[in-house]
Amino acid sequence: MTTPGMVLRFSVEGGDYAAAGEAASKIKKALRKIGVDAGVIRRVAIAAYEAEMNIVLHALRGRLILEVAEDKLRVIAEDEGPGIPDVNLAMQEGFSTASDLAREMGFGAGMGLPNMKKCSDTITIETTKDRGTKVVMNFDIDDDGVT
Amino acid sequence: MNLKKVLEKTEARIITGEGETGRECRGFYVSDLLSDVMGHAGEGEVWLTIQTHSNVVAVALLLNLAAALFTAGAGPDSTTIEKARAEGVVLLGTSLPTFEAAGRLYRALTEEE
Repeated sequence: MTTPGMVLRFSVEGGDYAAAGEAASKIKKALRKIGVDAGVIRRVAIAAYEAEMNIVLHALRGRLILEVAEDKLRVIAEDEGPGIPDVNLAMQEGFSTASDLAREMGFGAGMGLPNMKKCSDTITIETTKDRGTKVVMNFDIDDDGVT
Repeated sequence: MNLKKVLEKTEARIITGEGETGRECRGFYVSDLLSDVMGHAGEGEVWLTIQTHSNVVAVALLLNLAAALFTAGAGPDSTTIEKARAEGVVLLGTSLPTFEAAGRLYRALTEEE
């Protein structure tokens, strides 16, 4: 069904609202092509989109990496950016440091990281002030997509 | 309910996806916060919003929404329209305020039951 060992990389530019969502969209298309369950694709697509938006909203630049293994998928989002000063606070629904412009566009609801946590089976966040952030999300393939 | 009925009930026009009026609509979601929509809107639903920038297309595409319905006369720019066409995302627009549009659709849904 899947293609173990497949790795796809997508660059994401900070502040590029026009292209935002394209990396997540390509990940979704790639997963559909290799026959991943629709419910799993949905979870990965939402999580990847939120990770991509976080790079666009907060970082200078970064990338999304999709890794496909036999029984699981992994999405890694790493960026060069300000880092997250307080991860626990950032995980709280409603907390956001997005700009006024971003909020006017409907971003900055403070639901990005909570959505990513909800959609993935495991999530780890490594962040360094003024350097950047790396988020690793794992998704089990062989479930029914319900979280 | 299909998109044709959504168009009738909300006096909406089709902006993109002219051939898709038979598309089934499984429900509705109303929000202008994109992450709220990402977290809560379901596949096959119609999303009512006044956000019109191109990220609306990305959200609709990623969630497999039946359509995005711009309310209160909000109209997308050419970038949004081009992106929607390229990705096969249906965009609709109504001059009704969000509350009025949602109310009419809710009533139509309950009448169907």
